[in-house]
Amino acid sequence: MIAPRTHLDRLEAEAIHILREVAGQCQNPALLFSGGKDSVCLLRLAEKAFRPGRFPFPLLHIDTGHNYPEVIAFRDRRAAELGERLIVRSVEDSIARGTVRLARPDESRNRHQSVTLREAIEEFGFDCLIGGARRDEEKARAKERVFSVRDEFGQWDPKNQRPELWRLYNAKVPPGGHVRAFPISDWTELDVWQYIAREGLELPSIYFAHPRPCVRRGSLLAPVTELTPAREGEAVETLWVRFRTVGDITCTAPVESRARTIEEILRETAATTVSERGATRLDDQTHEASMEQRKREGYF
Amino acid sequence: MDTVLRFLTCGSVDDGKSTLIGRLLYDSRALLVDTLEGIERTSRRRGATAPDLSLVTDGLIAEREQGITIDVAYRYFRSGARTFIIADAPGHEQYTRNMVTAASTAQLAVLLVDVRQGLTAQTRRHALLADLVGIPALAIAVNKMDLVGFDPAAFEAVVYAFEDFAEASGLRARRHYIPMSALLGDMVVERGEHLPWYLGPTLLEVLERTPVEDGARDKPFRFPVQWVCRPRESTDPLLHDYRGLAGQVAAGTLAVGEEIVVLPSGRRSRVTAIELGGVPRERALAGDSVMIRLADDLDVGRGDLLVRADESAPTLARGVEADLVWLDPAPLAPRRTYLLRHTTREVQARIETIEWNLDVATLERVPAHELAMNDIARVRVKLAQPIAADPYEALRDTGSFLLLDPVTWDTVAAGMIRGAQ
Repeated sequence: MIAPRTHLDRLEAEAIHILREVAGQCQNPALLFSGGKDSVCLLRLAEKAFRPGRFPFPLLHIDTGHNYPEVIAFRDRRAAELGERLIVRSVEDSIARGTVRLARPDESRNRHQSVTLREAIEEFGFDCLIGGARRDEEKARAKERVFSVRDEFGQWDPKNQRPELWRLYNAKVPPGGHVRAFPISDWTELDVWQYIAREGLELPSIYFAHPRPCVRRGSLLAPVTELTPAREGEAVETLWVRFRTVGDITCTAPVESRARTIEEILRETAATTVSERGATRLDDQTHEASMEQRKREGYF
Repeated sequence: MDTVLRFLTCGSVDDGKSTLIGRLLYDSRALLVDTLEGIERTSRRRGATAPDLSLVTDGLIAEREQGITIDVAYRYFRSGARTFIIADAPGHEQYTRNMVTAASTAQLAVLLVDVRQGLTAQTRRHALLADLVGIPALAIAVNKMDLVGFDPAAFEAVVYAFEDFAEASGLRARRHYIPMSALLGDMVVERGEHLPWYLGPTLLEVLERTPVEDGARDKPFRFPVQWVCRPRESTDPLLHDYRGLAGQVAAGTLAVGEEIVVLPSGRRSRVTAIELGGVPRERALAGDSVMIRLADDLDVGRGDLLVRADESAPTLARGVEADLVWLDPAPLAPRRTYLLRHTTREVQARIETIEWNLDVATLERVPAHELAMNDIARVRVKLAQPIAADPYEALRDTGSFLLLDPVTWDTVAAGMIRGAQ
């Protein structure tokens, strides 16, 4: 009796295929690992693609210096458990070098990651970066290829993307450029949670419901931390929240939730009425095309 | 059993594709509150009274500025036990390469026709491209019925015109014709009230009923090797001689103990293990990504193809006859050597002859000496090293190839193998 293949089996097999194309075609790739749930899935997929061998690439994290400590601790522990090399480059160092200049000391460092990322690409000569972006996240992402070519400045040109047919992925670029590879392009947020549940993957604790001081800003919650204090006149409440996505503290909002297990999160995700970015990104609210703008500038 | 249908939406510019997708997502309740609010905000700002559903898919800044779709947008929704992946392809001729991208993996194409315009050159081009890449089903969405007073004669005129065209061009795809108004929602997800004379299925019903089995498991086994796992630096002595061939099964099945042939070398061996992530399994099926270990220490690497010794083998070809879609703004340079990507293999290639170039408007096969962007041609390709090829109709994975520019590494053409020598 042959077990039928499920939707998750197919997504997994395709993602493994894409990771192996990177290994087969690229000289010097790296996998972006932030400790977030999408990149946690990427690590499991890489294990399935390459074990019993080692990963044919190091892990890379661009640290804004504004990450939740639980996530950073998880990142380091996970890389050590896997026995894989983790490279960390920080926006802090770019600021010290003068390549990143902040308009205000407390501003979001999210978009400045692009500079540090570019510097890391130059330093190590990476020709491919593997990332956990999904097409269901955002409108500009919905138009990106699985293998996306970037020029020397890391820029994405949405009007001039390569044709990408069948399973024939083209990861080759002329010297100086690089490609970004997105193995879980076709996964939805629900697929990611189902995969985490099926594989029993561990996540940073802030993905699960916990009490946290927050203020309400518009339709979003803003976490109150040393970096992001309450503004004048705002009432701080301690609420049960969880993060649907983890990133820079200054621009990632939690959602109200009592879901303390993966099963409870799955139930909430299946019933959700607000998109992942819509519920969590304090920086995407300003302009309809803000993600595309950032991607053109080299953002992941 | 959950299934996935990948479908493409295409047609001329202004035939209402974006509105149709918006309608499909809206009526199947796949749009989330914040997306809807964003659309309503933008629609109001532009002075519209109802939400403009075309805003769901028009993602890029240039697309909003020009009011057109430039690149393929992927969208996801579920209905019942089926997951749908929509690839929304642009209508403008200059973006045909993006349409081909979307078509190559689709199991059905929704071809939009504006009932007032009838078949345009672009409708015909998209239908031909869909057929060329072997999409088995076409849903011809005869849209904007609201603008002709929901007149059945107007719908039938399109059906007759399309059937004439299909016969003249030898289209093989199954065809469904659906009159609709994407703007008002008739016959997309809901039947609506305006088309009582139409008794066939709605678009969503067609999508739900389209078979998705490609039969790849029942075909001869094909396994392009992507990468070789040799964990020699491992401290585990058991792994010292480990050699795993990593790849995704393109077709057929393979079990431990079976005999295989490595192509193009022709060397034989026996399968000692099939694994994924170091975990053994008994067999591998079409679609599975696995690692295969062999009894003999053969020289096998990326670009080789494993087949079963007891099944029919592909042709080891030094030349192929193929339908070629030229995708690059720079035309074909006939004397230039390109790099041909077939499965995981790369060989040098030259276009030996252009047998004909298809005139999409007249369906005539015209002689040609050069190929420009969007041309669809029958060519003979000469290869510096052999490839293990199947006809495209038999198996897409081993019947398709790309041509890459050896300087820019860009993908300049896509080919479908019709014959191999």
